[in-house]
Amino acid sequence: MPETARAEISREEVAHLADLARIDLDDAELDHLAPQLAVILESVAAIRGVAGDDVPPTSHPIPLTNVFREDVVRPGLSAEEALSGAPAAEEQRFSVPRILGEEQ
Amino acid sequence: MSELIRKSAAELADALAAGETTSVALTQAHLDRIAAVDGDADAGVHAFLHVDADGALAQAAASDERRSAGNALHPLDGVPIAVKDVLTTTGLPTTCGSKILEGWVPPYDATVVRRIKDAGLPILGKTNMDEFAMGSSTEHSAYGPTRNPWDQTRIPGGSGGGSAAAVAAFEAPLALGTDTGGSIRQPGAVTGTVGVKPTYGGISRYGLVAMANSLDQVGPVTRTVLDSALLHELIGGHDPLDSTSVDAPVGDLVGAARQGAAGDLSGVRVGVVTELSGEGWQPGVMARFSETVELLTKAGAEVVEVSCPNFVHALAAYYLLMPAEASSNLAKFDAMRYGLRVTPEGSPSAEDVMKATRDAGFGDEVKRRIIIGTYALSSGYYDAYYGQAQKVRTLISRDFAAAYDKVDVLVSPTAPTTAFPLGEKLDDPLAMYLNDLATIPANLAGVPGISVPAGLAEEDGLPVGFQILAPALADDRLYRVGAAVEAAVTSAQGGPLLDRLPEVLA
Repeated sequence: MPETARAEISREEVAHLADLARIDLDDAELDHLAPQLAVILESVAAIRGVAGDDVPPTSHPIPLTNVFREDVVRPGLSAEEALSGAPAAEEQRFSVPRILGEEQ
Repeated sequence: MSELIRKSAAELADALAAGETTSVALTQAHLDRIAAVDGDADAGVHAFLHVDADGALAQAAASDERRSAGNALHPLDGVPIAVKDVLTTTGLPTTCGSKILEGWVPPYDATVVRRIKDAGLPILGKTNMDEFAMGSSTEHSAYGPTRNPWDQTRIPGGSGGGSAAAVAAFEAPLALGTDTGGSIRQPGAVTGTVGVKPTYGGISRYGLVAMANSLDQVGPVTRTVLDSALLHELIGGHDPLDSTSVDAPVGDLVGAARQGAAGDLSGVRVGVVTELSGEGWQPGVMARFSETVELLTKAGAEVVEVSCPNFVHALAAYYLLMPAEASSNLAKFDAMRYGLRVTPEGSPSAEDVMKATRDAGFGDEVKRRIIIGTYALSSGYYDAYYGQAQKVRTLISRDFAAAYDKVDVLVSPTAPTTAFPLGEKLDDPLAMYLNDLATIPANLAGVPGISVPAGLAEEDGLPVGFQILAPALADDRLYRVGAAVEAAVTSAQGGPLLDRLPEVLA
């Protein structure tokens, strides 16, 4: 990949991104991952400025249109099947920890 | 070692049809081979994460019963197969090589799995892979690496190293793989086997645990081009359960493979991609590649060099688009509905549980990609990274379109090097990513590709792969040219490459 401007990413930014992605990284992991991420980002930063404003973006390789089907009932998973992999279930429902944080 | 396991799937299908063997006999022969060489996380090939001996033998017995009653469901009815652990299978665990899905048994079958079951192929087990298909060496599996049957100190490629190693080591005649940036073709190259990434949408993704929806594709992993064609025809075709599935016929792929094997490529225009060679490409890989191009010329093909100038940006575009899609896809692993749940001490909230679970359940490479994806999609960076990558994707598709105005297929080495030692690139993500240099453009543009063995590299005696790329929905060209390459290379080298596989030890 051609060289261009550097992308900087600090340890704090990595911690913030991990928080946004709901991953609880400890200090050792941050020490390990942050420099690697900086190297990766520096490398992919080469892409900035490659394509001009006149180039349309591609989100999908093969052109697609919306797909409809007949509005008829089809079999789905039973409640038992849907809950078969749940870490905890109660009364045919997923059992989850409290949703709100302490401060809320 | 039973002679049965050295036969191709097509030969096994013929033997079954002729009544010369039974599905139980050949399923047992493959299970014996797995028991002899597959070992575990610490030794042996370790291509399988889960072997289903009882289930496979029961399916084989049912197949034999059907066949003796004259009710075979498909020519491959009774020929066993291995399935990459990223495809959902009822009754069998589906872990995606991740701790976060340890022991998960899905409540539904992937469409491709449903199709092989409906055709009567006994499923031997689930194959090892980089966690959530993120990697080029299978070392990112949470359950220990797969080892290359050619040299067990080396990587089998990735992410589908398990499927490729299983067919290379004669543990299975057929396997299913998935390819997001090269995960079928690159393992095929480094293990001396055949791997096909079909046209995007050509094979259903329903039940494929997604890494990057716009790039992922299921495909065949085999030892011969004809076997890939047989499997491709079986699993391909429209599926209403996948809204990106292309509603078009699969085409006569088996016919194309048989035509190609006859060896005449008169009138076929072949383009050698300028950008996929040069500095950083192993000399032994380039030597085998050039020889194979010579063989194509001898077979009557018209060979020219074609430049695809934007391919140099493919890797950067891919390592923005794929993590962006992956970070969104993997958000579903939230410890609430299925998979691992880690509950920290005290009275944790759902969010605390989610964070602790995702930290414990995901490995380093998955964390790296989720964080890169989150970064690329965050406001302030979106246009500069994700938006640019999407535009580069357009430029790469335009390069392909321009090239296919001039030629029928494009060719390159499948990977820049042969199999490297285990551990060598584990903590150097960029070096690892470079393995996919030649395979990524096809995923970005949605076009099909195949890797066919081209021989062994001079300097290390390890397999080299020859990649053929065709326009979207022209998968038949892969099989015609691929079978011609296979026939020419086999004849030039005095036999199939895997005849030279050293004894595989457990």
